[in-house]
Amino acid sequence: MDFSPIIENLPLYFKGLWLTIELLVLSIIFGFVLALPVALAAVCNIGWLRGLAKGFIYVWRGTPLIIQMFMIYHGMAQFDFVRDSFLWAFFREAYWCALFAFALNTAAYTAEMLRGAIEQTSRGEIEAGKAAGMSTFTLYSRIILPSAFRRAIPAYGNEVIFMLHGTALAGVITLIDLFGAAKIVNSKHFIPFESFIAAGMFYLVLTFAVVWLFKKLEGHWLKHLKH
Amino acid sequence: MNNIIDLYGFWPLILKGMTVTIAVAVLSLFIALFLGILTALAKLSDNKLLQFIAGVYTTLIRGIPELVMMTLIFFGGQVMINNIGEKFGWEYIDVKPFAAGVITIGFIYGAYMGETFRGAIMAVSKGEIEAGHAYGMTPFQVFTRITLPAMVRHALPGFGNNWLVLVKATALVSVIGLHDMVYSAGLAGGSTRQPFTFYFVVALLYLVITAVSNVGLKWLDKRYSAGIKY
Repeated sequence: MDFSPIIENLPLYFKGLWLTIELLVLSIIFGFVLALPVALAAVCNIGWLRGLAKGFIYVWRGTPLIIQMFMIYHGMAQFDFVRDSFLWAFFREAYWCALFAFALNTAAYTAEMLRGAIEQTSRGEIEAGKAAGMSTFTLYSRIILPSAFRRAIPAYGNEVIFMLHGTALAGVITLIDLFGAAKIVNSKHFIPFESFIAAGMFYLVLTFAVVWLFKKLEGHWLKHLKH
Repeated sequence: MNNIIDLYGFWPLILKGMTVTIAVAVLSLFIALFLGILTALAKLSDNKLLQFIAGVYTTLIRGIPELVMMTLIFFGGQVMINNIGEKFGWEYIDVKPFAAGVITIGFIYGAYMGETFRGAIMAVSKGEIEAGHAYGMTPFQVFTRITLPAMVRHALPGFGNNWLVLVKATALVSVIGLHDMVYSAGLAGGSTRQPFTFYFVVALLYLVITAVSNVGLKWLDKRYSAGIKY
């Protein structure tokens, strides 16, 4: 076992680490922003809108992330209207394709989680809000959503970890994230074991960091549930 | 239009890829079930060392992406085995992508199955297990005749989830060169210049596998909940 090339290439790994964190944070933010309207659509009483939201959730959760990413990265070039329009500047770049695929994927999982959390709101709370004369908007913004967000925190922590692991796919489409960095080190020095285990350790530390962060969040937002 | 329906003659390739996908999924499921039972038993045992090993195993799996794990076992395992082999004078051993894929996915989902089984075993009522011991059954007999059949009902929902996630994880084996559905779609898409069409078809086939699995899981759930009133 020879870890000296790993030490030598630490700057590359740190560059990869940075891209992994960047992809994770951006896809989580975009994904969440997209997930909220989808979750609301999935619980609304307009039939076709609810069907559309549930269909999106079903299809995106039912297919592998790598295929979603390939459909965007390799697939978009198939359409002339994409190639000939301003969209091409976006879909030409592996970076944007990866980010787009990750954000849509995590949006579907997050929406499903929020939908579940919204539907678990106790009837009494909703009735109390209505009795106090709240409009639907006020009801959602003051009662349903705050408690649904809290309830969703533990499951959301798992989703963020899954997304962190999912970002490794960026390395498959030429980006130099942690996995991409490991691939480069391996092809330069042919030390597959050392180069991938090094990337694995970085991911492990990142995972612990996410777990720690969500413990803190739970400690703050779910304090009332502590015994 | 006809070209689209017969996929430019690529259906056989895609369907052959699908059999590889299903073979990888089913074989790795068996490994995962086996490792899952061992992990659950280790975590529930009184042996501190076994508990520790099982704890490290689940933590590593939860902390490292599947893709990294797979390349580690496929490329790294190859080098490791041959380094050991060199010392013993073995011939060069070629690790096949199929074996590496099945072992990796089985190894990863063994940890998730372990968590599911641990919960399910804990849900089996203590009285039934005590009754078994009282009859003079050996611990092995108590496990195979009482705990195992009784835990299935509790394990099914978690098992179903794990299976659906496992099926999707098989798409990653294309990265280590296994000719599964995703790989076939890549080939066909490249030679027809219609990559979107082929990835789209493969995505639909994954949905078909999921839908069929759901029917099977519903049936199992009904069967193992027979006689249970809620």
